[in-house]
Amino acid sequence: MRLLNRSVGRLSRHRRRPLAGAAVLLVALLSTGGAYAALAPASQAEVEKDNAALIAEGKELFMINCSTCHGANGEGITTQNGKLYGPSLIGVGAASVDFQVGTGRMPMAQPGAQVEVKDPSFNQDEIDAMAAYVASLGPGPAVPEPEQYDPETFESEEERDAAVALGGQIFLTNCTACHNFTGAGGAMPRGGEAPSILNTDPKHIYQAMLTGPQSMDTFSDGNISPEEKKAVIAYIETMKEQPDYGGFNNGALGPVTEGIVAWVVGLGVLVAFTVWIAAHTTRTNQTKKGSAK
Amino acid sequence: MSTDTSKVAASNGTDAAAPAGKPTKAGAAANWADERLGIGGLSKFLSRKIFPDHWSFMLGEIALWSFVVLLVTGTFLTLWFKPSMAEITYQGSYAPLRGIDMSEAMASTLDISFDVRGGLLLRQVHHWAAMLFIASMMIHMMRVFFTGAHRKPREINWVIGATLLLLGTLEGFTGYSLPDDLLSGTGIRAADGFMMAIPIVGTYLSFFLFGGEFPGDDIIPRLFTIHVLLIPAILLALIGAHLILLIYHKHTQWPGPGRTEKNVVGYPMVPNYISKMTGFFFITFGVTALLGAFFSLNPVWKFGPYDPTKVTAGSQPDWYMGWPDGALRIMPGWESHFWGSTWSWNIFFPVIVLPMLAWMVVLMLPFIEAWITGDKREHHLLQRPRNAPTRTATFVALMTFYAGFWAAGGNDIIAIKFDLSINQITYFLRAFVFLGPIVAFMITRRWCISLQRKDNEKLLHGYETGTVIRTPEGAYHEKHLPVHEDEAYAMTVRDRGRVGEEPELKKNGKPTFRAKLRAFYYDHDVDKPTTEELSEAHRHAEHEAHELAAHEGHVVDGHDFDDHRHSAVEEPLSH
Repeated sequence: MRLLNRSVGRLSRHRRRPLAGAAVLLVALLSTGGAYAALAPASQAEVEKDNAALIAEGKELFMINCSTCHGANGEGITTQNGKLYGPSLIGVGAASVDFQVGTGRMPMAQPGAQVEVKDPSFNQDEIDAMAAYVASLGPGPAVPEPEQYDPETFESEEERDAAVALGGQIFLTNCTACHNFTGAGGAMPRGGEAPSILNTDPKHIYQAMLTGPQSMDTFSDGNISPEEKKAVIAYIETMKEQPDYGGFNNGALGPVTEGIVAWVVGLGVLVAFTVWIAAHTTRTNQTKKGSAK
Repeated sequence: MSTDTSKVAASNGTDAAAPAGKPTKAGAAANWADERLGIGGLSKFLSRKIFPDHWSFMLGEIALWSFVVLLVTGTFLTLWFKPSMAEITYQGSYAPLRGIDMSEAMASTLDISFDVRGGLLLRQVHHWAAMLFIASMMIHMMRVFFTGAHRKPREINWVIGATLLLLGTLEGFTGYSLPDDLLSGTGIRAADGFMMAIPIVGTYLSFFLFGGEFPGDDIIPRLFTIHVLLIPAILLALIGAHLILLIYHKHTQWPGPGRTEKNVVGYPMVPNYISKMTGFFFITFGVTALLGAFFSLNPVWKFGPYDPTKVTAGSQPDWYMGWPDGALRIMPGWESHFWGSTWSWNIFFPVIVLPMLAWMVVLMLPFIEAWITGDKREHHLLQRPRNAPTRTATFVALMTFYAGFWAAGGNDIIAIKFDLSINQITYFLRAFVFLGPIVAFMITRRWCISLQRKDNEKLLHGYETGTVIRTPEGAYHEKHLPVHEDEAYAMTVRDRGRVGEEPELKKNGKPTFRAKLRAFYYDHDVDKPTTEELSEAHRHAEHEAHELAAHEGHVVDGHDFDDHRHSAVEEPLSH
């Protein structure tokens, strides 16, 4: 402390010199200007230039990886007998691309009842580029910002708790009919499936609600407001974080697996005990073999 | 022979007879009770009652003890559960539902789960015990039928048991409905639909049960009374009757030396079975307690309160209601309209007609069988399932029928867990519930008949010892030894089939329907060997054993050709 005081004192001694004012001004100007140059938003022209480059990069990736099914301009391809080969991507927005490619659904392994979820084939920069290209085809939902979906960004614990209670009711009204009461997934007709959402990233949950991938409904902001979407995600995340109060959750699939546990574990153990008890009867019976010489 | 009568005379005084020495405290208490209640004779009778020993005789005991667990844990739950549909705002300790409006029933279930010490554990123990109660009744029923213990004089006890199974299912359903959570509310909603599907009277029945339109405010209190008072009282009475009849009839036993239709060979109630039964009660309680402690069951907090606008995927009833639910799921959507009334065959048939019909069939099984076989004798010795091939096959067919519908009840879970199409599962099971039982019947009957053949083989030619003998000519024989006398006795104690019996004839000289059924029932049964066949086989076996004995004892140890060996090293490798 004394050392600091001494050095400040030494500086302070020069504060009334003739050049001191000019020197302070110079330092201040330099630091402000430098900081501005480093941190200021790029000029409008530069942003457009960057975006154009991104779109160009995205288009290139799109041509190689997506256009076979979605068409060279994302207009979609219909087969000769009227079947949809790949839907049009005009107006689906960046959020669709970020969801479909980010969760590994696209590029699709094979057409079928259910789009398979794989490890993503592209890194986030490439996904951003393709998203920018598809967004440039027509207006559509943009990739959401973290404060829109991340339950960590609530301002207070109370706010989050209120959102969780609200989100739970919205979740049970709109989502569980297909995804099961815990989000463990459910069956859809003809081999389709409402997938488990227990390992889905909050951003992807938000985008799924916004864009309605595959057979899922689109929950537009008019149906479920952005605040309510965030509340749903907060509920899902809270349910994932909280312990299973009752013990092993049997796969969180409801009464079917509970019944299997009752028969296999419960009754299995008890029947094994009946065999054990019947095998251990009075001593006179057990010593019979040895004594009957 | 002279007897000193002076002492007798001395004790024959006018004073009341009293034990000479001072009785122990327990003895005095027992005496006090006996003089007033006469329990001495009863406890003597019960404590000397003999029961045969076999593991399969304890399956019903699982049901008995889980029922006791249900009574104990259920009483605990009633101390906190509020059977009311009054709407309140939840303010308990489970945060994700705080501030949500729900019925008092749901809120008190959440309180039991999160705010009552040990509440969640006991809730889960209660529910697991219920699942096991009905499951154990079913396997007990299987044991009884497969071993022929339902035959005269035990038909009434079979009927009581079948009624217990039905009541246990209803008791389970009413209990499942009480918490008023989303899952159970969906169940009540479904039950309302089932009732309404009964033609003409359905809507009246529904209004009667719900006290008006679904859901109303009455259903939970009404189900509560049914669940904690009405059905348990009937269950208790019927279980009592079931056990009294068990004691009256005496327990059936497996055949064996010294075991006849007129006796019971086993151990007495005291000390053997009283200790085994007490031990098994604690084991049952322990297993349900461990299940309750480690396996989640009906996590109502995840479902939230019931709200008719909501329904979730994976909404299933508990397993015992799973098969009518499955029937409902695979039933085609048939519906008729007559004079302005809708007949929903798609609901009425699978959920109302089919289960009642199936229950009636189960109820009637002993009577149907007795009518077909015409057997009016008493049976206290059990049959091995193989020795009644048609009966065994019939029950396996019924089980297959049940299993098909049961699987259909979980069709959505099967679809997502095995990556199948739910539609294809439905189409498959629609065929399976009709064809599966037929195939199962044929396979089981042939299987039983083959096992009968195997038994005869064993009786006639002995069992395979695994000792293979090579004769000098190079022929191989496996050495057979006669089965133990006890085993042979148990195997041959069964009845002969009805071969050679004159069939009942109608007036036109053709066999009656019953005669045809009886012929089918005993068709292909393999009779046990006759005494002549047995003695002939034994003579033959002795002769063979004598012949082989000459070759026996020359152990082939793998070094028989040691002297003839030559080293491969000396062998020229190429020409």
